[in-house]
Amino acid sequence: MIDYVFRVGGEGGEGVISTGEMLTVALARSGFEIYTFRTYPAEIKGGHANYQVRASGKLLLSYGAAVDVLIAFNEEAYQKHIADVRPGGVVLYDADSFSPPATDSLIFYSVPMTSLATEKIGVKLTKNIVALGVCAQLFDIPLETFEVLLKEKFGRKGEMVVQKNLLALRVGADYIKQQTKRDLIRLGKGPRETKELILSGNEALALGAMAAGCRIYAGYPITPATDIMEFLAKELPKHGGYVVQTEDEISAVGVVLGASFAGKKAMTATSGPGFSLMTEMMGLAVASEIPAVIIDVQRVGPSTGMPTKTEQGDLYLACYGGHGNCPRIVMALTSVEDCFYGIIRAFNIAEQFQMPVVVLSDASLGHRKATVPVFDLARVPVVERRKPTPEELVSYKRYRYTPDHISPMSIPGMEGGGYVAEGLEHDEGGYPAASNHENHLRATKKRYGKFVQVESIANDLVRTYGDPHPEIGIISWGATEGVIREAVQMALDKGYSVGALHPKILYPQPLAKLRAFIEGPKAIIIPEVNYSGQFATLLRKRFAYDFVQLNKCIGLPFTPKEIFDKIEEVATHVHRGQRTHATKL
Amino acid sequence: MSTAVSERTPQSYKTDEHPIWCPGCGDFGVLDSLYKSLAGLSINPKDLVVVSGIGCSGRTPGFIKSYGFHSVHGRVLPVALGVKLANPELQVIGVGGDGDGFAIGGGHIPHAARRNPDFTYLIMDNSTYGLTKGQYSPTSQVGFQAGSTPYGNIEQPLNPIAMLIAYGATFVGQGYSGKPRELAELITKAIEHKGFAFLNVISPCITFYNTYKVIPPRLAEIPKDHDPADRAKAFALALQTDRIALGIFYQERRPTFEEGVAQTIAKAQAASRPRLEEIFSEFD
Repeated sequence: MIDYVFRVGGEGGEGVISTGEMLTVALARSGFEIYTFRTYPAEIKGGHANYQVRASGKLLLSYGAAVDVLIAFNEEAYQKHIADVRPGGVVLYDADSFSPPATDSLIFYSVPMTSLATEKIGVKLTKNIVALGVCAQLFDIPLETFEVLLKEKFGRKGEMVVQKNLLALRVGADYIKQQTKRDLIRLGKGPRETKELILSGNEALALGAMAAGCRIYAGYPITPATDIMEFLAKELPKHGGYVVQTEDEISAVGVVLGASFAGKKAMTATSGPGFSLMTEMMGLAVASEIPAVIIDVQRVGPSTGMPTKTEQGDLYLACYGGHGNCPRIVMALTSVEDCFYGIIRAFNIAEQFQMPVVVLSDASLGHRKATVPVFDLARVPVVERRKPTPEELVSYKRYRYTPDHISPMSIPGMEGGGYVAEGLEHDEGGYPAASNHENHLRATKKRYGKFVQVESIANDLVRTYGDPHPEIGIISWGATEGVIREAVQMALDKGYSVGALHPKILYPQPLAKLRAFIEGPKAIIIPEVNYSGQFATLLRKRFAYDFVQLNKCIGLPFTPKEIFDKIEEVATHVHRGQRTHATKL
Repeated sequence: MSTAVSERTPQSYKTDEHPIWCPGCGDFGVLDSLYKSLAGLSINPKDLVVVSGIGCSGRTPGFIKSYGFHSVHGRVLPVALGVKLANPELQVIGVGGDGDGFAIGGGHIPHAARRNPDFTYLIMDNSTYGLTKGQYSPTSQVGFQAGSTPYGNIEQPLNPIAMLIAYGATFVGQGYSGKPRELAELITKAIEHKGFAFLNVISPCITFYNTYKVIPPRLAEIPKDHDPADRAKAFALALQTDRIALGIFYQERRPTFEEGVAQTIAKAQAASRPRLEEIFSEFD
């Protein structure tokens, strides 16, 4: 089975990301499953960037481990990544930039990418296209696939630009023909015959929002969430909607609440620093019972942190940010495909329960691309908020107490539906009741009454895999799902009894499912891409259980091996009857 | 419908909720003028949304028969923008105080002014924080002794009129709660204005900063020959702070935010109106 990892490295701004993206689309169109990972500097020009593409004939769950092919545009890329290249792996490098030391354990292809680009094409910037030509020829990826891509990519820049890039592609291919192929990597045509989409988590999320009926987006630019806003700015007006770039993130949620109050589905997306500002408005949405969707594409914090690097560090803020007893729903997206369906579910819950839903993604998920089956619009039916009937509009009370705690919500323009959406504590009619002690308890119970109902949805949105009666359990959340599934499979293959549970809704927690799961294993690992173990901490409040934490806090996602090693370590301890300790990577 | 229209009196906009304001508060005058203006324009309560922030002024939506949104401190303008964005047909009036609007919410003002959404923003300016029992505000005079300035305020008050003209608001006016008839006329003109209409209404706080004696002698009409289309003259007039001029300082017709949104949607839809499935295919 074909399963190769390509990594492109070089200076930011010299085409590393676009090389990786073109390789990604070419391989996806050739019928392979794709999983990418990219890291790029916070600077626009300069700094090190790299892009990893894993291509396989089977469904991929992680960005892989060892690198099969390293494309190094400069020495820094070589130095940074050479240790990750597997023995016998390929290094393809720009011979005009540096010469790696000779070693027998690797296969080197020396290509003067810069001088070929300058001398044969006359445009230095085309050196990454030269590199793609080399890859196409060397690894048997159909050249036509790249030709079509270049025409799509540069078509609007004119025929001349297209021709230069096509030439660069051929120059690369012709150059490498002169060298003897010394490796065994051949891709050819992948096994998949059906059409799939190749897109990033953020793109899937934006499409999902449109499918959910979102027509208004308000946001403030912030890495790594900005591309959601840019995508919707282009697409929403085609569907009668609009994106407004507000003066700050407080204003963004203000616009979302105003729009939702007036009857439109609206959302905002941000990252940690912006999400911190949004807590004020989240409280208002809870108090005034207004549906709202808030996306947090997490990055490394605290404060400005590492803007382009990934972390699962905002869970506490998502669940507990803001003052008062303030129930809101927190969901976490697990894969590129889940970004689409998960957002529809988020809107549905916000609409049904008239409260804010925080959706956690992260930099690794938002910016990685994957092949996914074409989205099925019928899979998650869209839910709308409950509106008052004509009878209910006679002596209408906006916050009327009902058996399920959900009150019909009128929309401005409805005769008889007038009310004040209140941030002050209020009674059924929405009238301020800031000194009525008993009313406060009743109103709080109403808000929590809605919240606890989401627990049954949370129990339905739990994924379990591996051994159904495991000796070693894993509980995880968010974008780590794929890598953990892969690690669990590795462990099962080695004969370990491992099973994992991965909830999509983290607040309220799927207690029934968690309780049942926790009873079985002799030890449970909670892997998180953060330092303190935020989900483990939340679970310890619920369960008197000595969870084993596995925390990685270097701004990068887990590799399957890191999870597997911990499973193996814990299994060994369990067999010896020893206690296992937490690990921080 | 015509009978219903004729039945709209100031009284018909009153709710059962009694204002919490201190007897003698300027805000009563503002509210009465607002009722009068709404009745005069015969605005249908079902299509009216009054948005407020926090402070004495923040309670206003509860006193007007309409839809309302009592939001959080300083956030009147973003919420009002969201309402207009969702439904441009609605009549939106934002109300706030000088603390709500110029201090905590001050960051939103320039952006509302330049976007020019078609709603009215009415500030009830009493130059103090009444609901927290009297501290100095952005419009308090130098020397004002209050809870947080026991030795007297050392900060220069800001000039709301000059600020809004500078930021590009398309309607800038000033009124006084003690002149409810003139104020009602001014509010009517602000509501009728197509675009972002800003009204600074001097509305004294009888309890913590009683200016009922010092304000009236400083009041002046904007000169009859003032041309509200002349931005430079309007600005010069705004800088004459020895007196408090009442009336319309500046007014221009500029495309509104909602008009821009509608044009953007038309432009995008003229190029293509793909179904969602067709957008998916851009990713294969």
